[in-house]
Amino acid sequence: MAKIVPKIIPLAQAVSDLVHDGDTVALEGFTHLIPFAAGHEIIRQRRRRLTLVRMTPDLIYDQMIGAGCAARLVFSWGGNPGVGSLHRMRDALAAGWPEPLQIEEHSHAGMANRYVAGASGLPFAVLRGYSGTDLPLHTDTISTVTCPFTGEELAAVKALNPDVTVVHAQRADRAGNVQLWGLLGVQKEAVLAARRALVTVEEIVDELTPLPGAVVLPAWVIEAVSVVPGGAAPSYAHGYYDRDNAAYRAWDTISRDRETFGGWLTSLQEGSSS
Amino acid sequence: MTTTEITWTADEMMSVAASRALRDGQSCFVGIGLPSAAANLARRLHAPDLVLIYESGTIGTEPDELPLSIGDGILAESALSVVSVPEIFNYWLQPGRIDVGFLSGAQIDRFGNINTTVIGEYDEPDVRLPGSGGAPEIAASCREVIVVMRQRLRAFVASVDFVTSVGHGSGPGDRRRLGLRGAGPVRVITDLGVLEPDPATAELVLTALHTGITVEQARAETGWELEISPDLMTTAPPGADELETLRGMRTVGG
Repeated sequence: MAKIVPKIIPLAQAVSDLVHDGDTVALEGFTHLIPFAAGHEIIRQRRRRLTLVRMTPDLIYDQMIGAGCAARLVFSWGGNPGVGSLHRMRDALAAGWPEPLQIEEHSHAGMANRYVAGASGLPFAVLRGYSGTDLPLHTDTISTVTCPFTGEELAAVKALNPDVTVVHAQRADRAGNVQLWGLLGVQKEAVLAARRALVTVEEIVDELTPLPGAVVLPAWVIEAVSVVPGGAAPSYAHGYYDRDNAAYRAWDTISRDRETFGGWLTSLQEGSSS
Repeated sequence: MTTTEITWTADEMMSVAASRALRDGQSCFVGIGLPSAAANLARRLHAPDLVLIYESGTIGTEPDELPLSIGDGILAESALSVVSVPEIFNYWLQPGRIDVGFLSGAQIDRFGNINTTVIGEYDEPDVRLPGSGGAPEIAASCREVIVVMRQRLRAFVASVDFVTSVGHGSGPGDRRRLGLRGAGPVRVITDLGVLEPDPATAELVLTALHTGITVEQARAETGWELEISPDLMTTAPPGADELETLRGMRTVGG
């Protein structure tokens, strides 16, 4: 069932159309191509009670949690890579500030397979994982299944099907076909698992020249494409700009107390929408 | 002829000792931080054909600087192959084709179980840690696991607050019972020495001390009655080339 051709529309309109209060929203990008600009637009539009899904809720989810967008977090590793803790996430978990936050915690292999199941139209995925760990005691989307052929017991994880997946890519063509390359993360699976998909891109080009290892997402699986140059910063876009490691280190100071974070949030909200 | 006194820090000794534990030609699934530094040191010294694999999907990566995160661009640019995250876990890690998992953690217990989730109770923790990441399945499926972490009393505990990644469970035979196909932790390399599981009990015992460290120091930083191997070794001090290479490695953007 082909969908209509995606609209190439401004980011503010795309977020307004596709992301609603209470939605389950996945912003994916494994260190690379993290859709920061889209996350910031969700903050500006003051979305609330979101279930935020992401393997690595790093700075972008720390910012969205601190801004009060989230009621629930589904994740597998929550830290500032190479730097330290996510202070806003910790504050929400420990003190309920600015909103109480529930968590649903997995391993990376579990989360990746949940997206695969979601993209595949299956209710769950099978993997060798979690056995002997304490996570299944606390996470009810982890269970076991017995192999009908060998009798072996394996881990089963519930499929993930976000209401909206948001990813960033290097480029799209005028028809809205999207091309991304470098570290691919789980973006393809997260987009195909979602009910709606929004892709921000560095640029629109006339033709998507084939590149080794690149993933192309056809226009008809995407609802909206928004052109946001630099939209993955301070993460990076392979071939366009590097990861701003200094910004990741600086976030540790900005996020450490509520007041400093409040200043950051105010300046973000006063900034113009992309 | 003059001799220059070579000095080093405990962290440098740990990284050097960890790098020596990796053999040339092995494939190694690398965790970020201490393991990443040690693995990259090994590749620059005695193991040029060490295959480094990061959970971000880079296979055979050869970064000329140390990445800050497991997904820095330098890992993709210098890799033989880049695959998706589902693929790296399902096709490469899960079948048991990777030789060594190289991990660290916030807590480790006497059976080599690792905690990177919470200190205290899960629902109301004293400290919320980052969580699992790739570690549980790395610990489950690599042919063997080497752990690198600083030996401190609060970190080397009799029993971890939360089992994020299984070592030897609660004793011999547990891994097989749990269906974990790799051998689990075969060595824990710290800034004081080396611990290895006793084949009979699966409990970590002290098998080596780094130069200048005493048994008392190691015992004082261990939260269980640390047994000492009858064949206790002394780690050779860092060589000049090892220290020079280690100190010459820069972190991207650092």
